Amino acid sequence: MKVLLTGNEAIARGAYEAGVGVAAGYPGTPSTEILESIVQYPKIYSQWSPNEKVAFEVGVGASIAGSRTLVTMKHVGVNVAADPLLTFSYTGVNGGFVLVSADDPGMHSSQNEQDNRRYGRLAKIPVLEPADSREAKEFVKKAFEISEAFDTPVMLRITTRIAHSQGMVELAEPVPVVKKEYTKNAQKYVMIPAYGRIRHTVVEERTEKLVQYAGETELNVTEIKDRKFGIITSGICYQYVKEAFPQASILKLGMTYPLSQKLVKDFASQVDRVFVVEELEPFLEEAVVTMGLKVDGKRLFSLIGELSAKMVREKINRELGLASFPDEERTREGLPSIPARPPVLCPGCPHRAVFYVLKKLKMVVTGDIGCYTLGALPPLEAMDTTICMGASIGTALGMEKSNPELAKRIVAVIGDSTFFHSGITGLVDMLYNKGKGTVLILDNSTTAMTGHQQHPATGKTLKNEPTAAVNIAGLVKGLGVKRVVEVDPFDLAHLEAIIKEETAAEEVSVIIAKRPCALLEKAASGYMVIDEAKCINCKQCMALGCPAIALRDGRVTINPEICNGCNLCTQVCKVGAIRRAGEDVE
Amino acid sequence: MLNKINLLLVGVGGQGTILASKILAEVALLSGLDVKMSEIHGMAQRGGSVVTHVKMGDEIYSPLVEEGEADIILSFEQLEALRWLSFLKPDGEIITGTQVIEPVPVIMGKAVYPSGIVETIQGRVQKLISLDALAVATECGNAKASNVVLMGVLARRLGFAKEIWLKALENKVPTKFLEINKKAFTQGYELV
Repeated sequence: MKVLLTGNEAIARGAYEAGVGVAAGYPGTPSTEILESIVQYPKIYSQWSPNEKVAFEVGVGASIAGSRTLVTMKHVGVNVAADPLLTFSYTGVNGGFVLVSADDPGMHSSQNEQDNRRYGRLAKIPVLEPADSREAKEFVKKAFEISEAFDTPVMLRITTRIAHSQGMVELAEPVPVVKKEYTKNAQKYVMIPAYGRIRHTVVEERTEKLVQYAGETELNVTEIKDRKFGIITSGICYQYVKEAFPQASILKLGMTYPLSQKLVKDFASQVDRVFVVEELEPFLEEAVVTMGLKVDGKRLFSLIGELSAKMVREKINRELGLASFPDEERTREGLPSIPARPPVLCPGCPHRAVFYVLKKLKMVVTGDIGCYTLGALPPLEAMDTTICMGASIGTALGMEKSNPELAKRIVAVIGDSTFFHSGITGLVDMLYNKGKGTVLILDNSTTAMTGHQQHPATGKTLKNEPTAAVNIAGLVKGLGVKRVVEVDPFDLAHLEAIIKEETAAEEVSVIIAKRPCALLEKAASGYMVIDEAKCINCKQCMALGCPAIALRDGRVTINPEICNGCNLCTQVCKVGAIRRAGEDVE
Repeated sequence: MLNKINLLLVGVGGQGTILASKILAEVALLSGLDVKMSEIHGMAQRGGSVVTHVKMGDEIYSPLVEEGEADIILSFEQLEALRWLSFLKPDGEIITGTQVIEPVPVIMGKAVYPSGIVETIQGRVQKLISLDALAVATECGNAKASNVVLMGVLARRLGFAKEIWLKALENKVPTKFLEINKKAFTQGYELV
């Protein structure tokens, strides 16, 4: 049966058909839907972990104990999981192990655009790159075969356009997989130096065998057509190349690490000149150049952002001195200026209150990764730094140590899911090294940015089964933080008083601002209205940056269609002109 | 029918752009065509601009419709139709709902929502259909079905049998909204 699946759904299906027993990950765009989709296959045990390192380690254990195992994360998640990754390469697997790295060229929803194929080479593990949903499913199955045949973890590297594009996929039945027996083997799985040295030799021998395999596998396809030039490419770029040059000779690499010198040289010898088309890093280009071949790649194509069929067509045509036939473009000339439509904190978002107060108090705010990073944008503009998951707390401590003048003004802001991900160790550091900082945990009871996934404090698993809910205040107190206070961010005056008090304190404070995400739970019934007779049009309410509050013909108005009734605007109004619709005027 | 059709569906987070694209891709699947659909989400719930690319034909490679390549742009909001205008082929067609959703910079008084958008587009494209899909959907009983009203209008232009569209709706729309969506679709289908 043929169905339409996104790349992520196809990977989940591939895991099912490959007989995967265990799957783990941490949500992160564009990888999140793989595990969300795997839930539909009850035979697979699947879970969210608090972060990618733990997810990877759960995977390591599952593999060693004998199951085929899939671990999923976004590109920057692999940084977090890099420690177990590089040594698991040494031990190798028992049940097959596949790591899905979902890279985000163009940074549609990420803080950087690193190319994780480099991790494949660093960890010395095979890297497979599917070019559409059909291949995504097939390559998962192939990856498990390679993993078990060569005793190695395998990286399946996808990009946003593969993850979030739908294509036709032919479904198949699961292959019969016999779960591997677990036998203790300390020389293989205990990486003390003496055993590690032995395993390193095994890894290097394995790579030689994989190079041999790269020359034979059907994952790599040579298409010889027009011999004037040939293109070496992989992943989504293959589609751009086919679209741009249907008659070109192509070496399509499904396995992009390691490469077979013989395969590449055979291809190059059949065409007059060779181009390498790849997004981000010159990963294939460097490998091919090392073989002594002359090719053109990053001299023509940017290291930054995504490529497209049009870019491939134009750059190569120009290089070959061929006439470029750009499509007749509809000129933008004479069009009115088109206002951007940036993402914003939703009406009723509990984060808004926090950033409004932090801005008012002129705090220095070290930020973190989540919806609340939108607090960096106008009109709230209440964030000074954002680096990576969990960085807010360590950064705050470093700022305090470096510049004691700032100490009383620094607040670290971190979401609940992010706190579990990698905030806890930062807080331990703050406590251990005599910090005096204030940590604001924005607890909206979900992992909101990636689409509302469960986490260790929600009381639900990935499969929506009830489970123990970690108590954030209890955890923080248990670490030894004495000043721990929970507040409702929608009580603005109280929130402000608490932030003032805790930042003034001479020790570590943790403020937990607790309110469910507005998309999960409406704050209150009804909506707010403005009393035109009282409103002095001072626009103070607009400083909240709420999409429901708009200027109409110079007057402030509230859009009842999208107002969440959270009541924040009533609290910032200095003349009492805003009330809940239907409530009596005082 | 053309042997390859490129469509761009554009709207604002919450308008049902992605669902509409899934219905469209399903129609292609049911008709035995190759199809690819690409979306960028993550920010979709947070009021951002949403665009999906749907390409169907004998064999589709790139999932992306690029500038100057769209045969049809289906827009659920006026400003978005204008924003993506340069993606239309010179002889392409625009179908747009006349709904207005002001972006935050406009709400904040930092930018102006252009006036006369439909007229501006009219002056630049050969084929334009604009209609108040929101009003039609509201009449059908649910304003949220305005995306499906516009799908009905699109269906007439594309030439697949109406039964295939209704089947795609059945496959993609939750049961409790199916009847109202079928009604909204038929309204759009009969309209133009």
